[in-house]
Amino acid sequence: MSKVELVCPAGAFPALRAAVDNGADAVYIGFRDATNARNFPGLNFDRETAAKAIRYAHDHHSKVLLALNTYPQPQTWSVWCDAVDQAADLGVDALILADLGLMRYARDKWPNLRLHLSVQGSATSHEAIALYRRLFGIERVILPRVLSMPQVARVIENSDVAVEVFAFGSLCVMVEGRCYLSSYVTGESPNTCGACSPASAVEWKETANGRDVNLNGVLIDRFNQDESAGYPVICKGRFKVNGKLDYAIEEPTSLSVLDILPDLIKIGVSAIKVEGRQRSPAYVAQVTKVLREALDSAQKDPLTYRPRQEWVSQLGRVAEGTTHTLGALDREWQ
Amino acid sequence: MRLALGPLLYFWPREEVMALYQQAASWPVDVIYLGEVVCSKRRTTRTDDYLEIAAMLADSGKQVVLSTLALVEAESELKTLKRLVGNGRFWVEANDMAAVNLLANADLPFVAGPHLNCYNGASIAMLQQLGAKRWVMPVELGEATLRAMIAAQPPAMESEVFVYGRLPLAFSARCFTARAANLPKDDCRYLCGDYPDGQLVSDQDDNPFLVFNGIQTQSASTLNLLEAIPVMAKMGVDVVRISPHARHLERIVEQFAAVLSGAQRPGEANERLRQTVPAGGFCNGYWHGEAGMDWRAPSAQEIDAQIP
Repeated sequence: MSKVELVCPAGAFPALRAAVDNGADAVYIGFRDATNARNFPGLNFDRETAAKAIRYAHDHHSKVLLALNTYPQPQTWSVWCDAVDQAADLGVDALILADLGLMRYARDKWPNLRLHLSVQGSATSHEAIALYRRLFGIERVILPRVLSMPQVARVIENSDVAVEVFAFGSLCVMVEGRCYLSSYVTGESPNTCGACSPASAVEWKETANGRDVNLNGVLIDRFNQDESAGYPVICKGRFKVNGKLDYAIEEPTSLSVLDILPDLIKIGVSAIKVEGRQRSPAYVAQVTKVLREALDSAQKDPLTYRPRQEWVSQLGRVAEGTTHTLGALDREWQ
Repeated sequence: MRLALGPLLYFWPREEVMALYQQAASWPVDVIYLGEVVCSKRRTTRTDDYLEIAAMLADSGKQVVLSTLALVEAESELKTLKRLVGNGRFWVEANDMAAVNLLANADLPFVAGPHLNCYNGASIAMLQQLGAKRWVMPVELGEATLRAMIAAQPPAMESEVFVYGRLPLAFSARCFTARAANLPKDDCRYLCGDYPDGQLVSDQDDNPFLVFNGIQTQSASTLNLLEAIPVMAKMGVDVVRISPHARHLERIVEQFAAVLSGAQRPGEANERLRQTVPAGGFCNGYWHGEAGMDWRAPSAQEIDAQIP
């Protein structure tokens, strides 16, 4: 059985160094603009820091993958093409793409560049993956967080493309690449701008009813004094359905596959990914360290593998919300 | 410009589905999309039923297109997909790349549906190479992008725009209608069938915000782009789509058809449409490059000033 790769996030050089130093096999980054799905103010890499990041990673035997996983529109098409060229020039180990047209451009211009299909490409079956394989020779697909374990296994059995799954971090509840909730409320979405609930649209207000958080004027949640208030992504807000107030879509929770690592290895997953390019170097260091140990342990001796209590509590401290979930991998969650 | 009835996104009883299309056969629509796009568990109207309806509508002179599931997860869903692709008579609307792959391998013409993420000219060109004859603009795009995309569109490719209905905003593995009743999807009891126009989701101050339609999330407000029909006509849009819903559908179809045929001025038709504002109100923000939920209401004079 080949080694499962640990893929970790970096929003800036210190996070990249933290990932590499703590045992990431690969680090994924993005440029400082709307070409990637974590387009946050002050985050990401310009050409120079990207070059420095690639040098550092390669010197320490880690890879750098570059996410260009938003959907360019005709008015700004050339920005995305330039980003492909720049990434290829810099010598990234792979590009993570979502857009069909951009993939065509990258394949034609850089025939030897390794291409991964981003989670934003929304490929959820072997039949969809086969199209990208045939057209562009993609070598890896990152699966949207919608499939159950048997469904992931089925994709792997029926596909000659390596499969990467999310292992830890904030949980997208909707199929990635097909969620317009953010643009419906703010005008900016992951697909168009690389933004979900952009900070500029967030407004906190102390009212007689509690602490309100609005997104472009829409009340996403209301907290009382002893509640901790999370970032207002629409899918983690509290709304009323049939008169009942609840987390109608999903609670603030983190994905964690710590409990099922041996199963993921057994069905043939090629890489596991940590979410969080917007998170601190401390988060990246902590999560990378724990998952490195856990993955090594699960690969060495899958039958006796048990998540160590210290791993669970270390991950718990940096997780979103106070609970963790397997998400769609667990059929009951659906 | 031709008028289309999109696929029925809600879970209606079989008799009501049959009744809808019996009526639609005599409505002034040119294209009718048929089939289950949202959830494969909805099987009261079966693929065979849809094929029968398709034949009836084709006999009434409609262009029939069979729409495929947007989120494909299970082997059984791929099987249904293969059946639709191999139907031997009608075009298929591909709402997922799995469908595109099957259609391209079989060398069949298809419509690139609104859930395929077609955001630029290079993507349209790719889809055309694979067999697409028409592409439907993703609902989060607007006038400026559409204009640029039509300009970049290869000859013989048609464009289609979603112009009326609650906006399909997201899909999930999870069923939110079942969740609202504390049920898992595998034991959903088909509760989405209780909501013929979706289940309302309000914010904590009771403002309508979204609707749940099983695993799909839609806008609570209804997209209304009747005002933009003259602009779309000038741009060269080929087809505009009305998404079926339970109330006043025939009247809305008639208003759009009257504008398309030139029998009625769009400003006047829009005034009539606005006399019955659907629950949740109207929206058209995406068209103007703004938040999708926004509603900018131009006057009848402003609309009619756009007529070429």
